[in-house]
Amino acid sequence: MFEPIKVSLESLNLVTLAPMLIAIAGGLVILILDLINSKLHKSLYVMLTILILIVDFGATIGLNVNERGFFDVMLIDGISIISQLLIIVASILFTPLALTSKRFHEYSYPEFFALFLFMVAGFQFMVASDNLILIFVGLETASLSLYTLIALHNRSNSYEAAVKYFTMGALAAGFFAMGSAVVYGLTGSIELYQVAQVLSARLGETGIMAAILGSSVLLMVTLAFKLSLFPFHTWAPDVYEGASAPLAGYMAIVPKIAAFVVAIRIFGMYIDLGIEWVRVMILILAIVTMTLANVMALVQEDVKRMLAYSSISHAGFIMAALALDTTEGTTSIFLYYALFMFTNLGAFAMLWISRHKVRRFDERYDHPYSKFSGLVQIMPMGAVIMALFMLSLAGVPPFSVFWGKIYVMQAAVNAGYVWLAIVMGLNSAIAAYYYLKLIVYMFLKDPVKDVDIVYYNLSKPLMVVIGLAATATIAAIFYVQPLVSYLYYMISASGY
Amino acid sequence: MDNILSVLIFFPAIAGLLGFVVDKKSARAYGITVATIEFLLSLWLWFSFDTGNAGMQFVEMIPLIPDFGVNFYLGVDGISLFIILMTTLMTLIGMVSMSIEKDVKNMIITLLFLEMTMVGVFVALDAIVFYLFWELSLVPMLYIIGAWGGPLRVYAAVKFFLYTFMGSLVMLVGMLFVAYVYHSLTGVWSFAITDWYALVLPVNYQLWLFAAFFLGFAIKVPMFPFHTWLPYAHGQAPTIGSVILAAVLLKMGTYGFVRFSLPMFPDASVMMITPIAVLAIIMIIYTAMVAYAQKDMKQVIAYSSVSHMGIIMIGIFAMNAEGIGGSVFQMLSHGIVSGALFMLVGIIYDRRHTKLMSEFGGLASVMPKYAVIFGIMLMASVGLPLTIGFVGEFLVLLGFYEISPVMTVLAGTSIIIGAVYMLSVYKKSFFGPVTKEENKTLKDLTPRETWSLIPLVAIVVWLGVYPKPVLDPINKSVNAMLVFMEEKAITAEAKDIIKVPQSATTAGEVK
Repeated sequence: MFEPIKVSLESLNLVTLAPMLIAIAGGLVILILDLINSKLHKSLYVMLTILILIVDFGATIGLNVNERGFFDVMLIDGISIISQLLIIVASILFTPLALTSKRFHEYSYPEFFALFLFMVAGFQFMVASDNLILIFVGLETASLSLYTLIALHNRSNSYEAAVKYFTMGALAAGFFAMGSAVVYGLTGSIELYQVAQVLSARLGETGIMAAILGSSVLLMVTLAFKLSLFPFHTWAPDVYEGASAPLAGYMAIVPKIAAFVVAIRIFGMYIDLGIEWVRVMILILAIVTMTLANVMALVQEDVKRMLAYSSISHAGFIMAALALDTTEGTTSIFLYYALFMFTNLGAFAMLWISRHKVRRFDERYDHPYSKFSGLVQIMPMGAVIMALFMLSLAGVPPFSVFWGKIYVMQAAVNAGYVWLAIVMGLNSAIAAYYYLKLIVYMFLKDPVKDVDIVYYNLSKPLMVVIGLAATATIAAIFYVQPLVSYLYYMISASGY
Repeated sequence: MDNILSVLIFFPAIAGLLGFVVDKKSARAYGITVATIEFLLSLWLWFSFDTGNAGMQFVEMIPLIPDFGVNFYLGVDGISLFIILMTTLMTLIGMVSMSIEKDVKNMIITLLFLEMTMVGVFVALDAIVFYLFWELSLVPMLYIIGAWGGPLRVYAAVKFFLYTFMGSLVMLVGMLFVAYVYHSLTGVWSFAITDWYALVLPVNYQLWLFAAFFLGFAIKVPMFPFHTWLPYAHGQAPTIGSVILAAVLLKMGTYGFVRFSLPMFPDASVMMITPIAVLAIIMIIYTAMVAYAQKDMKQVIAYSSVSHMGIIMIGIFAMNAEGIGGSVFQMLSHGIVSGALFMLVGIIYDRRHTKLMSEFGGLASVMPKYAVIFGIMLMASVGLPLTIGFVGEFLVLLGFYEISPVMTVLAGTSIIIGAVYMLSVYKKSFFGPVTKEENKTLKDLTPRETWSLIPLVAIVVWLGVYPKPVLDPINKSVNAMLVFMEEKAITAEAKDIIKVPQSATTAGEVK
């Protein structure tokens, strides 16, 4: 006879699940609404999604730091709260981009928004746990939704992108499962805090390094896929190109924040245990990624592909901060993404408003550089804003990404890695060239085609989003202080 | 008005923003008015400046990112005061004399933003704020060269941007490292230069940091192996671009050496005297020779401007009051003279659409006023006594004589070679018979051109004859800096070489 399982509801601490449940329930509400009346306009769903995300935001920000819940698989520490907040804010910014003046296929389905909310919930699960199984479940929920969202953009290369991403993602998932299995085999646990205890006790044993190497390589491959680090980055430009511009901008931020949190939990633990080659491995990956992606970005002919490589390079840049494993280093990861988010979404939104249903400028590309030539004569405001985003991405002060860059570099210097800071600086100088290339096209060349149609897709909500992104980019200097102190407080509170 | 420095920085920027509303046809008048007000404000700064005080004045401090030690920290001393005045003056005069017809409004707005960044660089006392304006100044200049320049303008503009950007990123790492050292010694984050002055760094740290800052500043100056961007930039830039570039932007580099490298790394600076002097002398002689070989009048001026920057560099590394004070004075003189020369070349280019000297000849008889002003500026550039160019050059050479007489003689050849190429330009273009038919009908200076050049001529003569009002405040601050460097230096060589003038030992020290 088995004893009936007795669990008191209080010990479950269900409030830790509230944010994800809100997102999931919201997704279901959208589906039900569609069931009742299938003729509702997309604007309703957009606004509903935003409202649900705002409630989600409220539920997340109210969580207590350093609590566990739901059979101790949920871990609400500082980084899980701030990463959830970042994910939600990025999602709120992304949603109104559906309200274009032209009709695009995917947004006419309410399922798009339901899937979107499920994806957000998946990412939230992924960051709010140190249980490898729950991380895996969150990762897969989010990824499967994301593949579908990409494919919904009704185009042959979107299908290609979705299938490519799916195949790569499935492979990565396999590696994750194998890596977790090795960890379980080594320590008999999949809870990272127990793993850390067991490992630190067994670290002296002969032969254990080989097993740790196996597990960390497998897990690193997974995360490198998700973070698009070299040599697992090859899917990224194609997928970004195939996905709609807003989704591409979104993919450069939210999945990466989630993957970084997992990386901090797993590899931060290894580095804390004193396994130095993990640090070296991360450093090498980071440096190769940022340099190679920068070089590749130099030769791109399409602005969207250029931005894809640029976000790979930014991911490499931040990855280096992970290797530092200091509180400042971890803070810099989140600060960088918080600042990068606005600029990057803004830049992709600018591409989105210039998107045509058919390719008018080039057989192969949607956004060749020549499309933007002479933009300053066609629409000065648009050109200035786009230039602003480019300067910010290049790290020109006082725009937002500069503060992220300087904080990462300061963290590197403080941790004793001056050479790393110099590598970062030189990489920023290389990167400046391709951002400058777009500025040169926009400001210093003459338009190539009829002038009226570059801002084909513009609408009021899009203007609001872009305005917000531009304001956040310019005014970064005024909110960096509270942001840094909040992030630093949350991260040090959870012991990283 | 205690916050006059913020006003000086943000007035042109706000005016630039509002300028978007101003109608195209009135844009030039708007720009000139704004630049005049800015210039008057900077004059006010001079008159309310306490010349007896060697330290920082009009200090402002607003916390920006206190956790990170970044403050909006401004101040001005004798060294920066006159560079600020020259900046506002040259912007004003450049705007008045500007002959651009295409997109005047964009140009005016760009110039106003550029003015903000230039003033910002010279008044910033926080390294991050300094870096911010320093980098930001690249963007308007990129646009000026790229949008109004010659056929290779895009290449020149991008080269200019990337070169400087790369150097300054290395400098940024240096700044972050100094902040880190400051934090580990005091437990406080600070990017304030005045706080950093108090740091006594070990010599090997000083050498590395000196190298990092050197890369940022030397590219801007531009020092000899890093100078290749400049002829392109000058060759392609419109007249106004060259004027601002030569007069102000290059001074940011030399100013950086005076403001950062010397007081922060006195020992490393002393150790680096010989290598830098060698580079500077190569720069002086080599570019002077290249200048002689040019066929294009503007390129002659461009290379001569690089050559004279070499004089400023050796002056800074003379480590005594004559040398550094003379250098700062030479920065002003170089700004005014080379700015005026670029304007003069622009004037003839507007008329003939060529800058080749072989196209000219006998201009003196066709355009007498033009020839006279060109002649005066040329003399000043060569360093003829009783012109502004003589004072700075003489003091620099006097100062460096204490370091090395041989190198001083070598550097002094710049005056001779300078006279050779400058006079040959003058001979080829202005004397002799008028050979080309087109040149016979050239109009002399218009009133606008005349009136934009007359103030510069007046300054050239005034400061050549009586430099005291400018030289005194400069020397006061330089002396205070030297006293302080001497105290701070840790190696015996440095203490030996840094010459503190007797009169200065009683003066106040740099805070």
